[in-house]
Amino acid sequence: MNSKLSLLLPALLLVAAQAQAADDATVAKGEYLSRAGDCIACHTVKGGQPFAGGLPIESPFGTIYSTNITPSKTAGIGNYTLEQFDDAVRHGERADGSNLYPAMPYPDYSVLSDADVKALYAYFMQGVKAVDKKAPETDLSFPFNQRWGLGMWDLVFGHDDSFEAHSENPFINRGAYLVQGLGHCGSCHSPRGVAYQEKAYDDTDDEFLTGGKVGIWEAPSLRAGSGTGPLVSWDKAEIVDYLANGRNDRTAVGGEMTSVIEHSLSYLTKSDLEAIADYLKSLPGEGQAIMLSVDATEKTATELNSAKVDINSGARMYLDNCGACHFTHGEGAPRVFPQLDGNSLINAKDPSGLIHVILAGARLPSTKGAPEALAMPAFGWRLNDDEVAKLATFVRQAWNNHASVVTAKQVADVRATISAAELNATKPTLN
Amino acid sequence: MARQEKPVDVVLVGLGWTNSIMGMELAQEGLSVLALERGEDRDTVPDFAYPKMADELTYGVRYKLMAKPAKSTITVRHSLVETAVPYRHLGSFLPGDGVGGAGTHWNGHTWRPMPEELELRSYVENTFGKDIIPKDMTIQDYGVSYAELEPHFDFFDKVLGVSGQAGNVNGKIHEGGNPFEGPRSNEYPLPPLKRTLNDDLFTQIAKANGLHPFPLPSSNASAAYTNPYGMQLGPCNFCGFCERFGCLNFSKASPQTCILGALKQHKNFSYRANSEVLKVELADDKKTAKGVTYIDEQGEEVFQPAKLVIVGTFAYNNVRLLLLSGIGQPYDPVSNTGTVGRNYAYQTMGGATLFFKDKFFNPFIGAGSNATTVDDYAINQIDFAKEGFIGGSYLLAAQTNGQPIRSMPLPTGSPSWGAGWKKATKEYYGHSMSISSHGSNMSYRDCYLSLDPNYKDDHGLPLLRLTFDWKDNDIRMTQFMKGKVEALAKGLAPDHLNTSFKDFGAKYDVRPYQTTHNVGGAIMGTDPKTSVLNRYLQSWDVHNVFVLGSSAFPQNLQYNPTMLVGALAYWSAKAIREQYLKKPGPLVQA
Repeated sequence: MNSKLSLLLPALLLVAAQAQAADDATVAKGEYLSRAGDCIACHTVKGGQPFAGGLPIESPFGTIYSTNITPSKTAGIGNYTLEQFDDAVRHGERADGSNLYPAMPYPDYSVLSDADVKALYAYFMQGVKAVDKKAPETDLSFPFNQRWGLGMWDLVFGHDDSFEAHSENPFINRGAYLVQGLGHCGSCHSPRGVAYQEKAYDDTDDEFLTGGKVGIWEAPSLRAGSGTGPLVSWDKAEIVDYLANGRNDRTAVGGEMTSVIEHSLSYLTKSDLEAIADYLKSLPGEGQAIMLSVDATEKTATELNSAKVDINSGARMYLDNCGACHFTHGEGAPRVFPQLDGNSLINAKDPSGLIHVILAGARLPSTKGAPEALAMPAFGWRLNDDEVAKLATFVRQAWNNHASVVTAKQVADVRATISAAELNATKPTLN
Repeated sequence: MARQEKPVDVVLVGLGWTNSIMGMELAQEGLSVLALERGEDRDTVPDFAYPKMADELTYGVRYKLMAKPAKSTITVRHSLVETAVPYRHLGSFLPGDGVGGAGTHWNGHTWRPMPEELELRSYVENTFGKDIIPKDMTIQDYGVSYAELEPHFDFFDKVLGVSGQAGNVNGKIHEGGNPFEGPRSNEYPLPPLKRTLNDDLFTQIAKANGLHPFPLPSSNASAAYTNPYGMQLGPCNFCGFCERFGCLNFSKASPQTCILGALKQHKNFSYRANSEVLKVELADDKKTAKGVTYIDEQGEEVFQPAKLVIVGTFAYNNVRLLLLSGIGQPYDPVSNTGTVGRNYAYQTMGGATLFFKDKFFNPFIGAGSNATTVDDYAINQIDFAKEGFIGGSYLLAAQTNGQPIRSMPLPTGSPSWGAGWKKATKEYYGHSMSISSHGSNMSYRDCYLSLDPNYKDDHGLPLLRLTFDWKDNDIRMTQFMKGKVEALAKGLAPDHLNTSFKDFGAKYDVRPYQTTHNVGGAIMGTDPKTSVLNRYLQSWDVHNVFVLGSSAFPQNLQYNPTMLVGALAYWSAKAIREQYLKKPGPLVQA
């Protein structure tokens, strides 16, 4: 071989390899999009290697384990072509032709643009560290282990449309694209039907984002335009602050949404969060709304300030346990202590989320914009089921709140789901 | 043979206020920064969580958040000829422990020093002449001016979210603030805390006496606040569990509420709790440090290599670490040579309790910095030549708590036990207020810190020995304040008045609590013969060692030290970032 040629050959091979590899900007864009899609939340176990899968996800059909989506050729998706990757992300189809369980929000991701799928592929192939450890197989019982049935599910309940812009305003359309697609907000915030399908995938349907349920947590209606609903009174800046930092002048995040903010939304650019807010503000409000009346607020505040409350009453428990931060007007403090007067978690039809917060406390995520992981301590070690029921009933009916009575049985049911370590984390110990 | 850890750019010894600040500044610079904290890791939840923190016995009396004397303490004596004995039960001062250090259990009094205090010797000599300085008084200038520190006071004000009423903004005097303070470039970030009855009475009598009352500048937040790091404070609810307690309400500025959450976001910052540094290891030529040796959580000895060592432990522990490491020459008061340990000083306190049968103060409504003060008897307001002392005090009427074990003042002469005590307590609980004086303390040739020849800690290393007693100059100062306090107190016509001011011949007593404002021993200055650190808090002897904290004060301010401690940390950090990193070496040529 000509010596010159032998020198040239590896160089040519290198050029060929580079031609196949995506540029850094595409990989970075893919990383950003993976944040928007919150892929890491389901595809990573707590404290585990990013995207190595194995997280158990409870579904009505049984436990589904998330898969390893690192570029490992033995345990992950390292052998996937762009087309195979696309089939999985947008159409719920694995490389072997079988169907994914719709725990993977591919019905939402179907609206993704080709360019975004390409960028995501570039990121997962080039920007993620391969982990050669297989995630546990999902092993559902019959009939849910019949993946062919999922194909039928897709036909009847699925969603496989590309994105349609419905607004003249490009910001609203950008927001719609993020909310309907990667954000897959509807998978929690839209009601689900008999087959666990989202009843609506976009704003052509009035049920879209009118609220849903995630485990014990009620996911409130996100429709924030004129009308009724918990977000209707929030302005754009408050929505953006909440999405970026899990807190705003009125409230603070709790439940499953905490992780969404920590791992996904807090990484989005301000302009994307503003676009999401614009979009939510464009959707006519629909849902339970509480109009705050000063008289109602004052009535409860006067009762609490009088300190003339029965020793075993919910009001007394509020004063002794909650008033230090949330105060007698239930006003809390902007961005630090959530306002309880009119709070959607407190007024949820199912009080389980509220009960969980009282029993186990809650902690805000530390975000770039709001690094302090403000936390409420647990009260489960201190208050028994009957006391929590009284306290929860009090706050659900104090000030302008008007929600149903909470029973000790409901408290016991939630308590049973919380570990002793969590319940007792702030319990005093004798020296 | 000690285990060796992976080298870092910067090792921070201690993780309280000063090293939280330095950690943030140097992490922003992109350096790998590791903090070693001897105590446990602590955060608002779970460690200060409501309601367990509202426990006076555990935290206020048994000092659960403080350093444990059984593990390591100091020894104390009054004079050079005595044998020191260990401080076995905390009393007079309460050294902090754990992440956040004393910054978690302070009251939040947030005073800037007066410009004159930073150049005290020059101020006294130029204003009153050299002759008025007693022969054995060793006061010095800091070597840094108020004007140089002002941007750092201003920034630290914002980090802490100080609640207060400015008195001097860019030279313009503002009504209702401290007219005698140095000029500040901005108002306080938050308005003053709400007032309590004691504030109103004190304001009334102070004004009637021609004085200038104003709300004490407070690091208990008066409203929800977000600081420049994005860290947040909630409004203080006057729970009455502040000093000696971690704040259960995210209301008191602390490293936890103001810095650490933001610092932990820097991937180049890490920290290890339960890691006690025993020694700064020096290179063979003794001119640079190689890192530190510490005992880790499992009790194993570890060598941590680092290019830069920042010593930021509790004031006198900084001095001990320098002595144990052989950095600088130990001070000898007899030959008057050496510097390390020189110019230890404390704080001169006095107070009055006023009892009113017809007034109820709701004392359980309190906050660490809930107070109204006057600064009319400050260092820059007193004619030292005429009064015969050097120093000053601010006077304050504070209502911090109504805790049942320690906050049960009774008129002098009341029985201290039995039925008579019960009767008096029933009659007077909640019927008293206080007026106190918080004063300067000068430094003297024979008040100093050294290694104890007899007592050792649990690692077999010598304890630090404190040699200290009250001097006539400071007694004259506090007796002067006594006259002022009594005049104000009597003006309010209480039914009973207790006073407690040190008198001539008083000996330093480690038992009753006074303040935790121990200063000096590793002082900053302009001359390596009389200071341990240069004006940037850099060791004169080992240029990659910086020592932060009130150990750098050449004598004590009339004020609480935290604001100056923080501002000096920012000042030192600026010098490291802008000068030292570009060209490592002494920043001031001796």
